[in-house]
Amino acid sequence: MTRHTLSVLVENKPGVLVRIAGLFARRNFNIDSLAVGPTEHEEISRITIVVNCEEHPLEQVTKQLNKLINVLKIVELEPGATVQRELILVKVRADAESRSRVLETVKLFRARVVDVALDVVTVEATGNREKLDALIKVLEPFGIKELVQSGMVAIGRGGRSITDRALRPVERSA
Amino acid sequence: MTEQMTGRKGTAGPDSPAGRPEHPAPPASAAAPSPRDLAARSPHRDAPRAADQGPAEKGPAEKGPAEPETPQVQATGRIRATGAQALVYALERVGADVVFGIPGGAILPAYDPLLDSKSIRHILVRHEQGAGHAATGYAQATGRVGVCMATSGPGATNLVTPIADAYMDSVPVVAITGQVSTSLIGTDGFQEADISGITIPITKHNFLVTRAEDIARTIGEAFHVASTGRPGPVLVDVAKDAMQATTEFSWPVPFDLPGYHPVTRPHARQVREAARLISESRRPVLYVGGGVIKARASGQLRELAELTGIPVVTTLMARGAFPDRHPQHLGMPGMHGCVAAVGALQKADLIVALGTRFDDRVTGKLDTFAPGALIVHADIDPAEISKNRRADVPIVGDCREVIADLVAAVRAEHEQGRRPDLTGWLTQLNSWRDTYPLGYDQPDDGTLAPQYVIERIGKIAGPEALYVAGVGQHQMWAAQFIDYENPGTWINSGGLGTMGFAVPAAMGAKVGRPDATVWAIDGDGCFQMTNQELATCALEGIPVKVAIINNGSLGMVRQWQTLFYNERYSNTDLHRAGTRIPDFVKLAEAYCCEGIRCEEPGEVDRVIERAMAIDDRPVVLDFVVHKDAMVWPMVAAGMSNNDIKFARGMAPDWGGQSE
Repeated sequence: MTRHTLSVLVENKPGVLVRIAGLFARRNFNIDSLAVGPTEHEEISRITIVVNCEEHPLEQVTKQLNKLINVLKIVELEPGATVQRELILVKVRADAESRSRVLETVKLFRARVVDVALDVVTVEATGNREKLDALIKVLEPFGIKELVQSGMVAIGRGGRSITDRALRPVERSA
Repeated sequence: MTEQMTGRKGTAGPDSPAGRPEHPAPPASAAAPSPRDLAARSPHRDAPRAADQGPAEKGPAEKGPAEPETPQVQATGRIRATGAQALVYALERVGADVVFGIPGGAILPAYDPLLDSKSIRHILVRHEQGAGHAATGYAQATGRVGVCMATSGPGATNLVTPIADAYMDSVPVVAITGQVSTSLIGTDGFQEADISGITIPITKHNFLVTRAEDIARTIGEAFHVASTGRPGPVLVDVAKDAMQATTEFSWPVPFDLPGYHPVTRPHARQVREAARLISESRRPVLYVGGGVIKARASGQLRELAELTGIPVVTTLMARGAFPDRHPQHLGMPGMHGCVAAVGALQKADLIVALGTRFDDRVTGKLDTFAPGALIVHADIDPAEISKNRRADVPIVGDCREVIADLVAAVRAEHEQGRRPDLTGWLTQLNSWRDTYPLGYDQPDDGTLAPQYVIERIGKIAGPEALYVAGVGQHQMWAAQFIDYENPGTWINSGGLGTMGFAVPAAMGAKVGRPDATVWAIDGDGCFQMTNQELATCALEGIPVKVAIINNGSLGMVRQWQTLFYNERYSNTDLHRAGTRIPDFVKLAEAYCCEGIRCEEPGEVDRVIERAMAIDDRPVVLDFVVHKDAMVWPMVAAGMSNNDIKFARGMAPDWGGQSE
């Protein structure tokens, strides 16, 4: 099993997400991570899906996704040629005794403190999965009170845009 | 050699050109089809194709008043209309001539302008399931889009079964449902059901329309999506207030379907590769599915078969795609296929699969299916290719174009002197065919053999008649013992296996093909699920002929109980011995149909002939048949096709055919 990141460009219409999520469920696929948002074109939304599966089932799910009328384009983003980011917000116990060590850790990971309470700080961090896992692991001993994570978003490196190409008409060769 | 045409097609890296076929800008005017485009896309306007003997030939020409050429509103007109009027006008413009349905609260606005339509005939059914199957029967018989209509809530949910049925068998059906008013959506309003949510997994696409100005365009899109590419059901759910609001209606409407681009032209290199494999094969088979009928490619198929000499098997959905009496036809493969057809696939070195999907009922245990065969798989739906069995040569395209191109590619191979010698293979297949023909025993006690009844109906009604089956033993016997010579003459519920399909589907087929004799071959179990549509048939002047193969039980389930559950007949008897509950003859008479019972073999022909002579009302024949008859051959569920039995406990001898 390998992790695959799919960028799915869809029409920005109500109910599209449920069609995609439902397809994964009924074709017996698990979604590891999901992130949805608008793109630079207001009529197009972009869904980043991370799945953990073999090549053959991935091929099936991609073809099935392609059949959805609201799906414009699917691109698999290869990790080596892609920038991948997730965001976490985490409330960490930080009393007078541990606060300085928590702040040091936050600094070390180039994370940020976005809220402070009497004995808790809320930390925001972005990065790839490995970095965030490492941060969480280091923060755990202080006491994690609450954790929320976004799905992964990813974009190909280099000058090309997949949305441009989704909008450009293409000649089909016979 | 295969990748570029299959899976990774849509999952290319960001820099690869191999992504999903890309799309024009959605809102740009370039995406809007011109009136000419619309006409070209509409299957209703296709000229009948001379090379084909399909139902297409019986197409639009006979449908004078229903032609979109005689709309009530001029094509260029831009008029004020309610959403409901726009709905009806749009239906007229896309060429719908028949709508099967039942009104109710939320769809009421649409029924009012429907009353004024001169080109749309509405047929009032007795149950929405009947409307859905009728639309399917109509579509299968004519090749055009079938239309059904229902109200919100229970009306809509009653359509779920026929929609799922049409989805599994890729039938172009448009279902129109009323929805509660926009302000009530989501409030658990009276007769509210989220039918667009419910039908996501069983439709090719569906729409929820909440604005009057979107109605006409959505109807146009629904017909386009349903009838192009791999056909399938499309549901349009229209909120009541959208139908009541006023809008401007004009036609044609520009489509807004930026993500919908079915591929019909096959890739030339893949076709050449397929032709090369054909030249190199020694034991090839053409494995033909329902896609060949959908693509109206029977003429091309026959040309390919006769050019190459390759034997043909036709699946349950493809009966009639290739003439049964053709010497190259081995029959139906699969769980109840004949030995020669099953054996041909199992022992083949090349399977050319055309418009078919390697269904489990055909392959048996998948990992033992056709172990020595290379696979050429042509289908219009890329997702079918390599879904179950990996294709060595995938071809995405419409079967009509694929087969025509294959014919040309094979000719080119022949011109270079590359032509396989199939003599040994054909000798082998013929010996299986001669040794293990389809057959059945006459019961010792003088009662009726169900297979005999069905065989006689086929002989007397002939190959021009349409045969519509329910689901179960009678369906398998009807697939086996009637000779199909023409595409579109065999209509059944293949994928979903919907009991109760026959009567309403036969009704729809007869409406679409009023010239044809339409027989419903039904079981007594199936018949009791949907026979209320006989009232519709009697009132609307739809003289179908229903043959109930009445064994007093759920026969196929009983057969499995006999074979796999130690003859413990749990809940499969439909009546007590000595009773007739219901009495089908009386039931038929209650519906003003002709009802005739037949219990003697000597009476069978006379009764069928009498039914053939009646054309002013529906006929119901109650054939009381032996209850222990079984469908053979059979590959038990989950078993390998190698383990086929041609009778109970009887395995064929494959004659040591080496690989």
